[in-house]
Amino acid sequence: MTAVVGHGGLAGHLDGFVRAVREAGIPVGISQAVDAAEILTVVDLLDREQLRHGLAAVLLQRAAQRPTYDVLFDLWWPLGDRPVADGAEDGGEGAQSTLDVPDDAALAELMRAELLRLLTDGDPEELRRFARDAVDSLGQGQPTPSGQSYFSYRVLRALSPDTLVAQLLAGLLGDAERGGLAEQVARQTVRERVAAFKAAVEAEVRRRTAAEKGRDRVAKNAVRPLADQVDFLRAQAADLAELRRAVTPLARRLAVRLSARRRLGREGRLDFRKTVRASLGTGGVPVVTHHRPRKVHKPELVVLCDISGSVAGFSHFTLMLTQALREHFSGVRAFAFVDSTDEVTRFFRPGVDVADAIARIGREAQVVAYDGHSDYGTAFEVFADRWASAVGSKTSLLVLGDGRTNYRQPGVPVLADLVRRARSAHWLNPEPRRLWGSGDSAADRYGEVIDMVECRNAAQLTDFVTTL
Amino acid sequence: MPRQQSPNFSSVADVSKRLSAVGYLPDAQIATTVFLADRLGKPLLVEGPAGTGKTELAKALASATGSELIRLQCYEGLDEARALYEWNYKKQLLRIQASQAGDGADWDTVHDDIFGEEFLLSRPLLTAIRRTEPTVLLIDETDKADVEVEGLLLEVLSDFQVTIPELGTVVATRRPTVVLTSNATRELSEALKRRCLYLSLDYPSAEREREIVLSRVPDLAPGLADQLVRTVRALRALELKKSPSISETLDWAQTLLELGLDTLDEPAMRSTLGVVLKHASDQTRAAAELRLN
Repeated sequence: MTAVVGHGGLAGHLDGFVRAVREAGIPVGISQAVDAAEILTVVDLLDREQLRHGLAAVLLQRAAQRPTYDVLFDLWWPLGDRPVADGAEDGGEGAQSTLDVPDDAALAELMRAELLRLLTDGDPEELRRFARDAVDSLGQGQPTPSGQSYFSYRVLRALSPDTLVAQLLAGLLGDAERGGLAEQVARQTVRERVAAFKAAVEAEVRRRTAAEKGRDRVAKNAVRPLADQVDFLRAQAADLAELRRAVTPLARRLAVRLSARRRLGREGRLDFRKTVRASLGTGGVPVVTHHRPRKVHKPELVVLCDISGSVAGFSHFTLMLTQALREHFSGVRAFAFVDSTDEVTRFFRPGVDVADAIARIGREAQVVAYDGHSDYGTAFEVFADRWASAVGSKTSLLVLGDGRTNYRQPGVPVLADLVRRARSAHWLNPEPRRLWGSGDSAADRYGEVIDMVECRNAAQLTDFVTTL
Repeated sequence: MPRQQSPNFSSVADVSKRLSAVGYLPDAQIATTVFLADRLGKPLLVEGPAGTGKTELAKALASATGSELIRLQCYEGLDEARALYEWNYKKQLLRIQASQAGDGADWDTVHDDIFGEEFLLSRPLLTAIRRTEPTVLLIDETDKADVEVEGLLLEVLSDFQVTIPELGTVVATRRPTVVLTSNATRELSEALKRRCLYLSLDYPSAEREREIVLSRVPDLAPGLADQLVRTVRALRALELKKSPSISETLDWAQTLLELGLDTLDEPAMRSTLGVVLKHASDQTRAAAELRLN
């Protein structure tokens, strides 16, 4: 490990690591940095895992930060069992071999067989070791003047672990019958192991690239944004799964925020009868006063959500939020629109699966009347016309959409009227603020009549909920 | 502040060994963090989904170190009077009345008298600080409490002292080991997190969960345990409202054992699914995804 420690010794190295963690978007305070230094004096420095978990305990504050932290930790405190001199030799040898050489094809075949055996056994330690070998023998690209490059796609193409699934299933299932429970369970196991192998290959490629080209460059490219920073409009399927986990706590918080009013101030009116009764226990002196509970303020929330294709990632997320809100209180009504509006509350009964609800909305709700491009003007008119009573003096109105009208009538007066009738109204817009009003966006015009909030990722949504 | 007592554990391996001895199998992350919390004398904040063994860790820690467990269960509306201390004012009132009726003691005597030890009701936080024997203080589900309670915890957790206006400051004679748990339903304040060591607990790896099952339900056949753990993992991969917890896995293992089943096939699973999944929608979903019908 001494080879990677630069100027300033261990303390300087730790300082560099802490700064990299900060740059990746994880806030680390000075006191935490000091604590990290203290950790170095307590843990067994020869045990890398102890160091990893120890530093994580003081530097991290949320579970979502852990993947980013692990990537950086592997770069700053790499496994030291590969001497640098040996690496240079490897590079010289690997220069002649590319995947086109027949020997390599044979080698790949051998390694595939080995991989199949390891995946069937499922020993994570052996799998990691194999990933390192595989990157060494299969992952090298053409050497360039700046040094040797390694690519995970070369390894994964040569070994193509995804095509091993059928054989793996056969191995795990033995003679059990196909198609039933056993196969589903085995599939899950296979998925987990293949994913672990791919992650190991990628980590190894990062490690080698960092050794060749400097870890700062790798750190910049390798670190994915934290889950709550992912842009809704660009979210991938995997991101959505992460985001989904953030929804339930958010909904709970939003529900608490909206109903907080009832607990503001002290208790309600004095309950005379109860107070006198309790005073008997203390010789007629009313030591404890009893109060009637305050009337519970039932928050009513109307969600009006654009579900056209242009905001698919966002609306998927907000519909999940709607569903989670429905589980917490009954006064939520949800409406969806594309170029017409329909009430979708019935699809979000508590206990219903969100994915099912979204699929059913697409099939059954009357949200498309004309061509399937968003038409805010018509949508607002239909809403104000058919569900005039939905928005009243107790209602909070929440509009979700990008405000892109396809150059149609924006219907600003209709919205202004709705806002006037509601107790409070907010519009969450998944587009960056600088794009509001550009092209067919009427966001700036809507912004004059309703409080419009930029809401591009889960972090911003959290901020909104907190300030509500 | 100087550390006043010798640490409970000598090394990370020692933590693993002693926690395992009381039936809690820690992984490297848990063992390291517990060791550091003990060494640095810092509170341990354990965060993770329900059913990953957060509260269990505190209990195991108490029995591994021979300490008494004092538990403060947090809930919305928890206040100082329930968490820290309270004056027993009914008793104080009686004291005043007694003095008026009988001995006719003057104001000063009564005043000093009614704010004494005798009239103080000690709640978990104060109890934990005043104890002279080894103590594990478990502050459970911290995220359920209101933000104001966190402010209260700050004084207790950073200096291990409590200020009672009438009595002065009570400083811990022996620092309790503090474990806070949270389901992350809301973000705890930065100030609180900074004072703690952070441990994020997720569901255990397949190997560790199998070991847990075998150590808690030793009569279960290893093959069945393996099958059980893999099935539970498949259930957790589905998007359920409530993923099966570790304790539910153990319940399931026990159920299979009691029923004398030696394999977890479709009929066995259909009849025992209620042990792990407790929402009707989750059961339907699992049945459809795992092709039980």
